[in-house]
Amino acid sequence: MRAWKRHGRGERARFVATLDPPEASVLRGLVGQVDDMLSGRSAASPSDELSALTGIRTGLSTPPEDPVLARLLPEFHRPDADPGRDADEGHDDGGAGTGPDDAALAAALRSVREPELIEAKRDAIATMLTSLPTGGGRVELTVPQAEAWLSAVNDVRLALGTALEVSEDMPEQLPPDDPRADHLPVYHWLTWLQDSLVTVLMR
Amino acid sequence: MRVHVGRGGCGPGTAVRLSAPAEPATSVEERPEELVDADTPWQTIVWNDPVNLMSYVTWVFQKLFGYDKATATALMMDVHHKGRATVSSGSREKVEGDVAKLHAAGLWATMQRSS
Repeated sequence: MRAWKRHGRGERARFVATLDPPEASVLRGLVGQVDDMLSGRSAASPSDELSALTGIRTGLSTPPEDPVLARLLPEFHRPDADPGRDADEGHDDGGAGTGPDDAALAAALRSVREPELIEAKRDAIATMLTSLPTGGGRVELTVPQAEAWLSAVNDVRLALGTALEVSEDMPEQLPPDDPRADHLPVYHWLTWLQDSLVTVLMR
Repeated sequence: MRVHVGRGGCGPGTAVRLSAPAEPATSVEERPEELVDADTPWQTIVWNDPVNLMSYVTWVFQKLFGYDKATATALMMDVHHKGRATVSSGSREKVEGDVAKLHAAGLWATMQRSS
């Protein structure tokens, strides 16, 4: 595919690109995997009669053990956070300095907020999939559709970036004997696709 | 898994990664728990991570908070260079909602009491 192009302005703006069949297939496969992970997390959430009655959903109160899901569904509160310390890591370094009240707050926020977060992410994926032709071809997005694409593609990049352990000093290419070498180009392609779309959206 | 990546395959490369190393902390103030007032406003913190793009983070700040491009870019650069930035503040409910929106956009955000 080539870079996204913008036609028109304001609400009538359209964002256009043409995807090759393999590109469309890879995109669908990856967002589908993220969707499966999110729906699996939802299915593991508690459901009780009170929730059914009130419509107030309650999610799990503990972070996902899987690092990919944990990155997609981060903690709301991070009482252990020191400015400047482990700013790039520390997703799971709760513990030291965490008071019982803070830990309870993080758990409460997660159980209240996670269901709607999963729903927002799955909505973006659904919007993206309906505007992405199965066999590739011309894609023409409205502003809300383009925004859904940005969210969904970003979630795929977060998932892939976590799985590939993408770091600050990640090279453009990995040595051929690195098991991640075949997958890194997909990540870089998604990076380019997202950057191209956000650039025309901001213009 | 392979994909035909076209001419943009390598993308803009390292230039667009939000990936500056965090500066070492010079001092971290201990804040006794009893000094935290229940009415103290909360802050929304966005943390640096190696995946989110500078362009995307700027766009998210503009979209979610209505910041102009200069403000959004300055906040993004703070995240990039300092490892974190405070992007909004207010009541717990407001900040909780802001963190939820940032999480929906895929940014790494947390809420904390103002110091």
